[in-house]
Amino acid sequence: MKQDIILAGVGGQGILSIAYVIDNAALADGLFFKQAEVHGMAQRGGAVQSHMRLSNDAIWSDLIPKGEADMILSVEPLEALRYFEYLRPGGIVVTSSTPYRNIPDYPDIDRVLEAVRKAPRSVVVDSEKLAREAGTVKAQNIVLLGAAAGSLILKETSLLATIDALFRGRGAAVLEANLKAFELGKKAALGA
Amino acid sequence: MSHQILLGDEAIALGAVHAGLSAGYSYPGTPASEIMEYLVRLAGETKAFTAVWSVNEKVAYEEALGASFAGKRALVSFKHVGLNVAADPFMNSAVTGANGGLLVVSADDPGMHSSQNEQDSRYYVQFAQIFAYEPSDHQEAYDMAREAFDVSERFGLPVLMRMVTRLAHSRSPVQTREPRGPNELKTGAAKDWTLLPVNARRRFALLLDSQPELVRFSEESPFNVLKLNESDRSLGVIASGVGYNYFREAMKGEAALPSFLKVSTYPLPESLVREIVGHVDAVLVIEDGYPFIERQLKGLFGIAGKTVLGKLSGAFPASGELSPDIVRRALGRDPLPAVAASGLPLSGRPPQLCVGCPHADTFKALNKALENYPGANVFSDIGCYTLGALPPYNAVHTCVCMGASVGMARGASDVGLHPAVSVIGDSTFAHSGITPLLGAAFANTDMTVIVLDNATTAMTGGQPSYGTGDRLLRIIEGVGVAKEHIRTIEPLPKNHEKNIQVIKEEIDHRGLSVIVAVRECVQETRKKRS
Repeated sequence: MKQDIILAGVGGQGILSIAYVIDNAALADGLFFKQAEVHGMAQRGGAVQSHMRLSNDAIWSDLIPKGEADMILSVEPLEALRYFEYLRPGGIVVTSSTPYRNIPDYPDIDRVLEAVRKAPRSVVVDSEKLAREAGTVKAQNIVLLGAAAGSLILKETSLLATIDALFRGRGAAVLEANLKAFELGKKAALGA
Repeated sequence: MSHQILLGDEAIALGAVHAGLSAGYSYPGTPASEIMEYLVRLAGETKAFTAVWSVNEKVAYEEALGASFAGKRALVSFKHVGLNVAADPFMNSAVTGANGGLLVVSADDPGMHSSQNEQDSRYYVQFAQIFAYEPSDHQEAYDMAREAFDVSERFGLPVLMRMVTRLAHSRSPVQTREPRGPNELKTGAAKDWTLLPVNARRRFALLLDSQPELVRFSEESPFNVLKLNESDRSLGVIASGVGYNYFREAMKGEAALPSFLKVSTYPLPESLVREIVGHVDAVLVIEDGYPFIERQLKGLFGIAGKTVLGKLSGAFPASGELSPDIVRRALGRDPLPAVAASGLPLSGRPPQLCVGCPHADTFKALNKALENYPGANVFSDIGCYTLGALPPYNAVHTCVCMGASVGMARGASDVGLHPAVSVIGDSTFAHSGITPLLGAAFANTDMTVIVLDNATTAMTGGQPSYGTGDRLLRIIEGVGVAKEHIRTIEPLPKNHEKNIQVIKEEIDHRGLSVIVAVRECVQETRKKRS
C-alpha cells in the first residue's frame, strides 16, 4: 500500500499545515513517509508545492517521480494544473475552485476548471464558500483536506486527532471552525 | 528512544544536541535556516546549550571555533554561500585543528531555489583537506551528526556535513537515541592555535600527514555501501546523497540491481571506488551538485578501458537539481505512464513582495526620485527586497552577495557614476554593509545608501536583526556619516511625495548620504497580532 500526493497552492495558503496533519496522521497509522516542501523565497506569494509520500515500505526518493502521484491536492485551481504530469493514469485531482489572482495574466477561471475536470478523476469544491460557512476563510486548506479525506489511505480518526492537536492551542473557536471545515469539505466531496 | 518527525535540517540539529552540543551558531540562509531555528527553540526549552543567530557566517564560525578551543562541542551552520563568508576561519581551522568536536554544516542549493549559485561545498572539503559526511536521508543526517563530533575529536579537525535543499526541507520520522552529555571545559594547545609561520608550517604538515588516515577512515565507514553484481558487469553506479535515493527509486521493481557504491563520506573511500570501477565496464556517477566525484574518477586522461558517465559526459544536465525522472532516464529506463499536461498555457507565479510590504513603498518613491536619471544604477543586496528587481517595480539592478551593494555603489561612484545608489536591508547591513560604509564615509563618497529597516531578517522567516531602530542610526553615525545626511523616512503611501523629496535631496548632495526607511515587516506585525 502506498500513496503519493502532490500538495499545491500559493505561498501563504496553508499547504504546510495540510502536510503537517498528513505527516502526523501517517506516523500515528504506522506508515513510512517522506514529505518534501518548499521554503524560502517562493513562500512569498509564489507557486508552492509539497511532495507527500506515504507507504507501508521504506521510501527512497523525497520527490515523487512523474507518473507516480495518486493525487493532486490543491488549494488553488491553476496550481492543480501545474503538476498534471506527475499524476498516474487513473489518479485523482482534489482542488478548490477559488482562484488566487496575484498575477496579471491569470487565465479565465472557467477554462481552468474545465482543464481540471479533464483529469481521470476530479473533485472540485468551493473552498472559500465552505470555509466562510465553517467560520473562517483561513480554513480553506482544511476544507480541501476534508474533501480529500475519503480518498486518503489514512484513518480519519488520525487526521482529526492531528487537526485537534494543531488548532487546540489557538482557541476553541478556531478549532471548531477547522473541524467544521473538514466536515464540510468531506460532505462536498461526496456530492461533487 | 522515540520517533520524531523532523526536517533533514532538524535531524542534524537534534543529532548534534544528542551528541552533547554546548553551543551552536549560524546566520540565516535558505536551505540551512531550520537547523538554527530548531536549536534556538530547543535551547529555549531545555536551557541545556547555547544557540545563537550570529551577525554573519564568519563571526558564527569564529564563535563556534572558540567554543571548540574551550573544549566544548560546537556546531556552525549556514547555506553554501555562507561558507564563502566564513572561508577564512574555515580554511585556517583545518590547520589549527579543533579541540572539542566541531561540526560545520553547509547546505548547498542545487537548482538555485533560493540562491545566487550552485556551488558545491565538497570542493571546500577537498580544499581544506578535512573529513565530511553527505547524508541521503533523515536517519543518516541524525546519525552522522552524532558521529561527526567523535570523528572531529578523534582527528582533532573540524568535520563538515554537506546538505542539499531537497533533504534539508524534507520531513520524515527519525529514530533518536539516548543523548550524551556535554564535554568539560578544556583549553590548551596555544602553539597549535597560533598560526605564526613557525606553528602553521608544523600544523599544515600534520594535516597533510593525516590524509591517508582520513581516506582509510572513509573506506571503513559503514555509511559507504558497496554491492557488486557478479552476473552483470556492464554498468556500475556510484551515487552520493539524494542521488542514491533517485537511483534506488528508479530501480524499484527490478529483480537485480547493477553493482553500486553509495558514497556518504569524503575524502572518497578510494579502495571501494577502485573495486567497483575495476568490476564494471561503465560507471554512472549520480551526484546532486557539481561533478565532484566524476571529475576525480576521470582526471585528465580518463580510465583506460572504462567509460565514466555523469554530468561531464552529458548523461545528466550540467546544472540544476537532480530528480528521480532525470536519474531514471540516465539509467535507460522508460518514463512511467502519466496523465498529459492540461494544455492550458500556465502563467508562472513568481514570488513577490507581500501586500502592504514597506519595501514596495520605498521602491515606488525611489523610482520616482530617479525618473530623470535614466542611467542610474541601483545596487542592491540579498533579502526580500531583491524581489524589487521584478515587475512591477524593476527598481534594483544588482544582487551579488551579502553586503555587496554598498561597496559596489562606492566603486561606481569612484569612476564617475551619479547617482550611485545602494539599497540594503537592516540585517544584511549588519552582516557586511557596515565595513564598506566605513570606507565610503572616510572618503565622503558621492553615493546614496538606502537602508530598509524592517526590524527583522524577513526572507528567511523573521530571525533577529542586530542593526535596527536607534542602534542602526547610531551605527551609521558612528562610522562617520555626516549627521545632516542621515535621513529617516517612513515608507507608507501617505508619505509618498515627502519620501521622493528626501531621496531627491540626498541624491543631489554630492557626498555620502544614508536614508533609513523605517517600517516593520508586515509578516512580523502579523505574527505579533496572532
